[in-house]
Amino acid sequence: MEHLELFFKSIFVDNMVFATFLGMCSYLAVSKKVSTAVGLGAAVIFVMAITVPLNWLLDTYILKDGALVWLGEEYASYDLSFLSFIMFIATIATMVQLVEIIVEKFSPSLYNSLGIFLPLIAVNCAILGGSLFMQSREIQSVGLAFNYGVSSGIGWFLAILAIAAIREKIRYSNVPGPLRGLGITFIITGLMAIGFMSFGGMLTGGEEEAVEEKTAQVETIEEAKNLANNELEIKE
Amino acid sequence: MGLLSKKDAKLITDPLADNNPITLQVLGICSALAITAELKASIVMSVAVLFVLGLGNVVISLMRNIIPSKIRIIVQLIVVATLVIIVDLVLKAFAYELSKTLSVFVGLIITNCIIMGRFEAFALANGPWKSFLDGIGNSLGYAVILIIIGFFRELLGSGTLLGFKVLGDPIEKTGVYAFGYENNGFMLLAPMALITVGIIIWVQRYKNQDLIEEN
Repeated sequence: MEHLELFFKSIFVDNMVFATFLGMCSYLAVSKKVSTAVGLGAAVIFVMAITVPLNWLLDTYILKDGALVWLGEEYASYDLSFLSFIMFIATIATMVQLVEIIVEKFSPSLYNSLGIFLPLIAVNCAILGGSLFMQSREIQSVGLAFNYGVSSGIGWFLAILAIAAIREKIRYSNVPGPLRGLGITFIITGLMAIGFMSFGGMLTGGEEEAVEEKTAQVETIEEAKNLANNELEIKE
Repeated sequence: MGLLSKKDAKLITDPLADNNPITLQVLGICSALAITAELKASIVMSVAVLFVLGLGNVVISLMRNIIPSKIRIIVQLIVVATLVIIVDLVLKAFAYELSKTLSVFVGLIITNCIIMGRFEAFALANGPWKSFLDGIGNSLGYAVILIIIGFFRELLGSGTLLGFKVLGDPIEKTGVYAFGYENNGFMLLAPMALITVGIIIWVQRYKNQDLIEEN
């Protein structure tokens, strides 16, 4: 159930593109044709499915406050979380390079369709954003992290597929000159985002406003921490 | 212009309008949209990008002859990540509340396409001084758009600017609120950021018809 909820929440409610604006650059740049959009979208799902759980492991066993305790008691006080940016991005860049090499070796046809997009992905904000949100939302297990990676990837895929289809159609319409190309794409994305906002109440019964989730999220994390502290105190 | 030759000055002024990173080069959109609900956050973000891009461009440009081209993306990412960690730690130390509002978007400066885009397009091929100017110019161009969006979203959305109630008090009905004006809360939501950028692009291209794209 937890998995299912996270799955739908990451695809629709917290959609990477429409709720958090991640991966906008490649979303705008590569959405002129449906076929290329599908290629990039698939590559994003693939890479996110690998990097998010990997970064979850890194975060839990190396970076978090007290995470190094498995090395021995004397390491319990280390907090390496300030290194998380550099660790995450290094993992992503290396994984992208590795995936590129492996795919090229074993499946030339897949490489031909994904190939040119893989280097682009290293600098796609959605990938790093996925890992950073995974960290800040304190996802509990590696399974959930994998789920989060895949479903955010699917959300991104849906978004780029939709906008590419619209842009292919809109080529035949008479858009006012100054709005052509980038301008109209922005406005359409805005309208689509309004549409996606209606998913906001889908899982939470309307209690939580999806849009103010950035600040709300921090608050809820703090609340959760407070609750956990209280429980600890009670136990003690 | 004693300090800057004409060519150097162009490096700074070009990205402000006719070659703006956001509206024309389509770089760095993510952060531009996500953190502009308040003017203050947009200003801080602009300063952070100014710092990272200015310095990063210089570092990459100094190293451009020794970076093997195959692994250059990783090298660039490490340079940016280091600079961003500095920014993040400074923000956490001196503006903790703000760094919470910006949340993951400080980290996302790393993958802000403006930075990688300028490294690839400029710093890898030019000397440090020119790269520095290019970095400053592009981050200023980025800042202009961010501040315009932040200004309108905060003014229309919550009736404040930098937290000051410029339109009067909505609860006590002073200022324009006395005439029945209401805050447009929709401006604070995500979709309006996109539409605001769309409108900025519209206005800019209307004024300079050369920029209009083919359909």
